Amino acid sequence: MPRLPEQLNGARRIVFAALGVSVILGLVATGALAQDPGVSANEIKVGNTAPYSGPASAYGTILRTVAAYLKKVNDEGGINGRKIVFISYDDGYSPPKTYEMTRRLVEEDHVLLDFAPLGTPCNTAIWRYMNDHHVPQLFVLSGASKWGDPKGHPWTMGWQPTYYSEGSIYARYVIEHIPNARIGILYQNDDYGKDYLAGFQDGLGEQSRKSVVSIQTYEVTDPRIDSQIVNLKNSGANVFMNITTPKFAAMAIRKANEIGWHPIQFLNNVSASVAAVLKPAGLEASKGLITGGFIKDPGDPRWKDDPATREYYAFLQRYYPAADPKDGFNATGYAVAHMLVYVLQRCGKDLSRANVMRQAAAIKDLEVPMLEPGIVASTSPTDFYPLKQLQLAKFDGQRWEPFGTVYAGAVNRQALAR
Amino acid sequence: MATLLQQIVSGLSTGGVYASLALALVLIYQATGVVNFAQGEMAMFATYLAWTMLNAGWPYWAAFAATLAIAFFGGLLIERVVIRPVENAPVLTIVMVTIGLLTIFNSVAGWIYTYTVKPFPSPFPSTPIKLGLATISLQDLGVGGVSVLVLIIMYVFFHHTTLGLAMRAVVENPSGSRLVGIRVSWMLALGWGLASVVGAVAGMLVAPLVFLEPNMMSGILIYAFASATLGGFNSPGGAVLGGFLMGVLENLVGTYVTFIGTELKLTVALAVILLTLLIKPTGLFGRAAVSRV
Amino acid sequence: MRTAKSGPKAEPRMKGAPIDAKNGRLGALSAGPVLRGPATKLILAAIAIVAYLLPFALSSYQTFEFTQVYIYAVALLGLNILIGYNGQFSLGHGAFYAIGAYTTAIMTTRWDIPYGWAIIAAGLLSLLVGFLFGLPALRFEGLYLALATFALALAMPQVLKYFDSWTGGSQGIVLDKPGAPWHLPITSDQYIYYLSLTVLVIALTLAYNLLRGRAGRAIMAIRDNPIAAEAMGVNSALYKSLTFGVSAMYTGVAGALGALAVAFVAPDTFSAFLSINFLVGSVVGGIASISGAIFGGAFIEFVPTYAQEISRAAPWAIFGITLIIFMYVMPTGVAGLAKRITVALRRSIVGERPAPSPRSETADAAGATAGTARAVMGKPD
Repeated sequence: MPRLPEQLNGARRIVFAALGVSVILGLVATGALAQDPGVSANEIKVGNTAPYSGPASAYGTILRTVAAYLKKVNDEGGINGRKIVFISYDDGYSPPKTYEMTRRLVEEDHVLLDFAPLGTPCNTAIWRYMNDHHVPQLFVLSGASKWGDPKGHPWTMGWQPTYYSEGSIYARYVIEHIPNARIGILYQNDDYGKDYLAGFQDGLGEQSRKSVVSIQTYEVTDPRIDSQIVNLKNSGANVFMNITTPKFAAMAIRKANEIGWHPIQFLNNVSASVAAVLKPAGLEASKGLITGGFIKDPGDPRWKDDPATREYYAFLQRYYPAADPKDGFNATGYAVAHMLVYVLQRCGKDLSRANVMRQAAAIKDLEVPMLEPGIVASTSPTDFYPLKQLQLAKFDGQRWEPFGTVYAGAVNRQALAR
Repeated sequence: MATLLQQIVSGLSTGGVYASLALALVLIYQATGVVNFAQGEMAMFATYLAWTMLNAGWPYWAAFAATLAIAFFGGLLIERVVIRPVENAPVLTIVMVTIGLLTIFNSVAGWIYTYTVKPFPSPFPSTPIKLGLATISLQDLGVGGVSVLVLIIMYVFFHHTTLGLAMRAVVENPSGSRLVGIRVSWMLALGWGLASVVGAVAGMLVAPLVFLEPNMMSGILIYAFASATLGGFNSPGGAVLGGFLMGVLENLVGTYVTFIGTELKLTVALAVILLTLLIKPTGLFGRAAVSRV
Repeated sequence: MRTAKSGPKAEPRMKGAPIDAKNGRLGALSAGPVLRGPATKLILAAIAIVAYLLPFALSSYQTFEFTQVYIYAVALLGLNILIGYNGQFSLGHGAFYAIGAYTTAIMTTRWDIPYGWAIIAAGLLSLLVGFLFGLPALRFEGLYLALATFALALAMPQVLKYFDSWTGGSQGIVLDKPGAPWHLPITSDQYIYYLSLTVLVIALTLAYNLLRGRAGRAIMAIRDNPIAAEAMGVNSALYKSLTFGVSAMYTGVAGALGALAVAFVAPDTFSAFLSINFLVGSVVGGIASISGAIFGGAFIEFVPTYAQEISRAAPWAIFGITLIIFMYVMPTGVAGLAKRITVALRRSIVGERPAPSPRSETADAAGATAGTARAVMGKPD
């Protein structure tokens, strides 16, 4: 991304100035500050865009859960006496619409921040706008690497472990545990799939990359992917890196089993849901799958008696009864909303945009409900990737069995250098 | 060789999916002269109704039959209530109304049933069977088989029953049909009802393969359009064959045209259709119109 | 004049002219019924002045919304010329919008070419691609042409992703938003507003002149009766391809403006849905009218947003219902209704008696497409 140096410096200078000012004000003043938009005596306005319609509408439920969670927070008294007004617009996963709706949020609705906008292309469309206007683009719901760039884009912060780092973790596992791997890869032909692919291939390194025998792609609009699975089988691959979204993951697992192809399968975390993917694909066919997770799969019997999971079920029952609680997307929404509340609470009386970013960049080993045990959120002024770790797990036909320790994946330096 | 055979077989089974919806598109086009953009969404919605009944504990075939009945009257009702007011408007206006129906069905299904992928049972077991060097599941065979069966039923209906002949007469010559006492308007409604039934069959057959979700049919609809174009929009047999051809063509391009690979396989398949149209402008089996001045 | 029975099905309707004899008349259709008389000219001037002053009354977000309306209007104008006036059908204009947008993005960011030239280049490239596509497409009739163009729209995102060294693949390209030149005291948003408005005014004027002249008569003659037109010496093949090219050019220029206004292009922007959306805008506005493009642009810009405000749960259901209601109330589009109202007013003022023709109700600009549309989708009477 070519950017004008002056612009960049300007933005940085203003941030630092703003940080300094808010520190001083925070120390001196306790009463009325010159307030950023979106905050009144009893309200905090939070904006968002998400695909409630169109090809990516399955993700919409994440934000519906967020809205429900914020309603719960309001019912319990809000944040330091202020209620959160959550305004979420549908962008249909179309970048120009995201841009338009985000401008509406910032310029018409006067939100304090844009929270958890969803999708890589959609967030790319508003990336520069948010940073030029100094509005927090907080906890972006996309696994691209570019959201952790505090120097170039100090108003944008990612959230989930990047696809790149997840890919690199699987690659490390292949190198360490599978000596004569012949790898077949299936990926969705978009930014998400390509990020995973890059992480996986970079993780394999020059030497092991030769062991990739077949790479197949599909489009998110394709009705079926049988042909690709047949090609992978016939390439003689004994390792299958399955980089697909839920519906296609289920089809891939089922088809591989159907045509008698039984490689060691890695399934990306996006599609690791027992209820939404493995059950439709067939639990027997899913046996032996390996994934790396950070969110507890609420449909996994392993968490039946886990207090956080029970609380999550009770919450959905009360505030979002239409939701399928076993859908991992709802757990994602639950976790990310929790972090927003945490950041806003930490802001205390200083609900300025600069302070929101400052508090977001000062999270220390925060335990978030519905995250896998041992996985914590932490950030710093130079680290805008709140979640970095993954827990590897193997499917035993009923549930995901975790094994090994919690891994932290590689950071895509190249993406940041762009 | 094994790859080739397996790709052809899996292309045929995917093609069966396209063929089933293409058939519904062609049927409504033949019976009413309109391309119904909401066809896929109507089928999807009917499948959700079936899912609801199955969840309530109905046996499969009872739910299947009930869904077909609802689909028939639903289609009839849509024509009577929604399409009727614009019956005499320009066809583009009617097409707009079907696009409106598309967004309504899609949005309402998402609202009621959420966008979470749901498994849907199949009347056919998914046991794979060997065909020489290739494998195919009974489910795939079933989808293809039912498409052909529906095609045969349609042929018999339109060529050998009074009602079917009347429906064809209406499209052929509305004023003449009126003169001989056919109730033209009702024939159009009947066309919608029948197409809706064929769509519902397609939806319930396809759902086990691609899983049930509100966008289930949108991708398939596109391929169904392409299949019907390839085969000829006024030829049900052509549409079914077009569907199978489309499935196989796409697989072979993805597998053997290696410098393109799977990334452009849809593009190449579409290009092939366009080339076919250049030679046969009304599709492989479509009949061209001859006009006199 | 009637079609020979060749197939057992609805086939005869695929050909354009014959069935139009009773409802598609050329005579009733002058290019812009709005543009007549000195009073109309005054009204038009007033509208233009209001449009040029509007940004000073609007917030910058609203300015942006209106910019989008103008950009869509330019794109829809291209579609109206093609479908409404020439009787050719396209479900693929999203592809030309994409070509325009990517041309601008690549030229301004990779080659540092000023955006003004990039817009022109975008228009010319779309013209060329449209013309070349129009040549073979001549062989396709009605529905088949619609689906052939739809294929173009479907293939576009894949193609954009495939040539990623040019297009940035699925990551897309971030553009620089042009600021106002000559130190004009207006914001970038306001500048793009004026740029788009000016382009729209030029586009409208060109379309009006094109359709009013000799070429326009040929274009419409081909729609109403291709065989007769050919007999009168109109080179139907050339005109049809050229019309396709010009239509694509309008949409390509709109794409260029769209890329500048949003300052980002990505394949996800140009899904098949965009092309369908254009068609919706075109028909809702009134497909055989020049002013209809503006109404259509407003519809596809504002209705989805307001649908969201009415129902968060199912906004597209509201959109669909609104679309259907529009079609019930205005089967020939907003421009068709506007025309009908003007005619009725004139009658009541001047005291004209309604024309004796039984079809006078639909004898307005948009109504004239009834025949076209029937030809296009093959609808029986």
